[in-house]
Amino acid sequence: MKKRIEDFTVTENRRLADKFYVIKLSSPTPLPEILPGQFVEALVNDSPATFLRRPLSVHDVDFTENTISLLIQVAGKGTEHLSRLQPGEKLNLIYPLGNSFTLPQKGESVLLTGGGCGMAPLFYLGRKVIESGAYPHFALGFRNRSRIIGHDEFRKLGEVHLATEDGSEGYRGFVTGIPAFREEKWDRVYSCGPELMMKAVAAECLKRDIFCEVSLENLMACGIGACLCCVVPTTSGNLCTCTDGPVFNVRDLKWQTSG
Amino acid sequence: MADLGIKIGSLLFKNPVLMASGTCGYGSEFNDFIDIAQLGGLIVKGTTLEPREGNPYPRMAETASGMLNAVGLQNKGIEYFEKHIYPRLSQYDTNVIVNVNGNTVEEYTELAARLNSLDAIPAIELNISCPNVKRGGMIFGTNPGAACEVIAAVRKVYRKTLIVKLSPNVTDITEFASISENEGADAISLINTLVGMAIDAGTMKPKLSTVTGGLSGPAIKPVALRMVWQAAKAVSIPVIGIGGIMNAGDALEFIMAGATAVQVGTASFIEPRTAVNVIAGISSFLDGKGFTTVSQITGIINRN
Repeated sequence: MKKRIEDFTVTENRRLADKFYVIKLSSPTPLPEILPGQFVEALVNDSPATFLRRPLSVHDVDFTENTISLLIQVAGKGTEHLSRLQPGEKLNLIYPLGNSFTLPQKGESVLLTGGGCGMAPLFYLGRKVIESGAYPHFALGFRNRSRIIGHDEFRKLGEVHLATEDGSEGYRGFVTGIPAFREEKWDRVYSCGPELMMKAVAAECLKRDIFCEVSLENLMACGIGACLCCVVPTTSGNLCTCTDGPVFNVRDLKWQTSG
Repeated sequence: MADLGIKIGSLLFKNPVLMASGTCGYGSEFNDFIDIAQLGGLIVKGTTLEPREGNPYPRMAETASGMLNAVGLQNKGIEYFEKHIYPRLSQYDTNVIVNVNGNTVEEYTELAARLNSLDAIPAIELNISCPNVKRGGMIFGTNPGAACEVIAAVRKVYRKTLIVKLSPNVTDITEFASISENEGADAISLINTLVGMAIDAGTMKPKLSTVTGGLSGPAIKPVALRMVWQAAKAVSIPVIGIGGIMNAGDALEFIMAGATAVQVGTASFIEPRTAVNVIAGISSFLDGKGFTTVSQITGIINRN
């Protein structure tokens, strides 16, 4: 897929909850095919502290409006700047980057698990799962009830199972403890979120021999496979998260990246 | 239009702007953004005799106006390069240069000898300045005796254009510039990254798996410019300026300080078209000032 560099125009910047925003960006040219799991590299560039681009998952694509949506969580100066973008302002993106999730066969049982900002790619993936003829279930984890975001939107796509660490909503504990996750027979599980969560999901899926893909969020400098900074150890050696990923089958990962 | 052509050793370059090793992969990563043939040269990823997995993640930390890296020369080794990468590179209509690394003098010479026989590689950049490997690398570039030995040995087996990439992590850059010239290098390129580190105060841990890494980006440009200026005065072989070049203005500063050519590095991570933009910017600067060749401004500050 040919990569592009373009100045997008912000059409909407909506606050979902404390620190969480959905930014809708309109492309100056007709959008190319964008696959679920792919990401963009956004140029923040408003201070010396945000020298590098920020890799951000594609949250949704609307080909009728010719827009891309990004779900961001304010975590530092770069995302803080993004959270303040106003409609009409420009944002330079390199896109579409990376590989994509493997879509299910028609009729397969599919679970999409995520937490916090890691939910970002799961919305577009959920829509593509439906287009493939499968019904998506979502297992979403949050710290507590006040941190829950986006579940209403996900409910429009499929069944949503919630977990909160304090039990203030849904299952008390982590997504891997949600009864639907543990008890149902899943053909495919997809995951994006905090690394500990993805590792727990991966361990469970490996144990039960379930196809499982995770989307990694390693630090990267370039996003196009040139800097070799974002590597993850795999059965084929160190691979770039930006070009060989961000989506990996957990069977291929030597799951030891926490450091 | 001003003539941007330059010469290093006996090798002609269509313009003085190269993409730096470790920041442009093998060129193909940039095919969607630029025409590689527009570049003065492409210096491909640091290559070693044996395949290397590099250092563990995390290997990168963003810093003020720059970044630290500790990639550690991840590459698939010379054999893979010869079989699978070289055929592709030989298609490019520009000077494709290989950055050469070793743990020992023998590894450097074996690599150089093998690259000498690849027709489409007209030059090598001898990397005696990688800060991210335990053996070799910067040890050769910070010890005068070791630098003499490795450059002399490589010069014996390598008959084409030999560029030596110098480390800034030395007290006197002119010493290593002169050693390179005396041992037969056709040119020197500088600077490689400056050794630095960063700590995450929240987790109370170093940000890099290796604790220290190499600092690059505009943060190092004033240091690089000073060293290029010093080196260019110390030797009569061409100097290739590297360090934080983000635009044509930065590149012009290096040329005016005495650099015959420049390399664009970290900037390509943020704007993959930087090198091509720099070429256009140099050209319009020369035209605007009425210069007919780029060499007319090389080292011009020393003449004013």
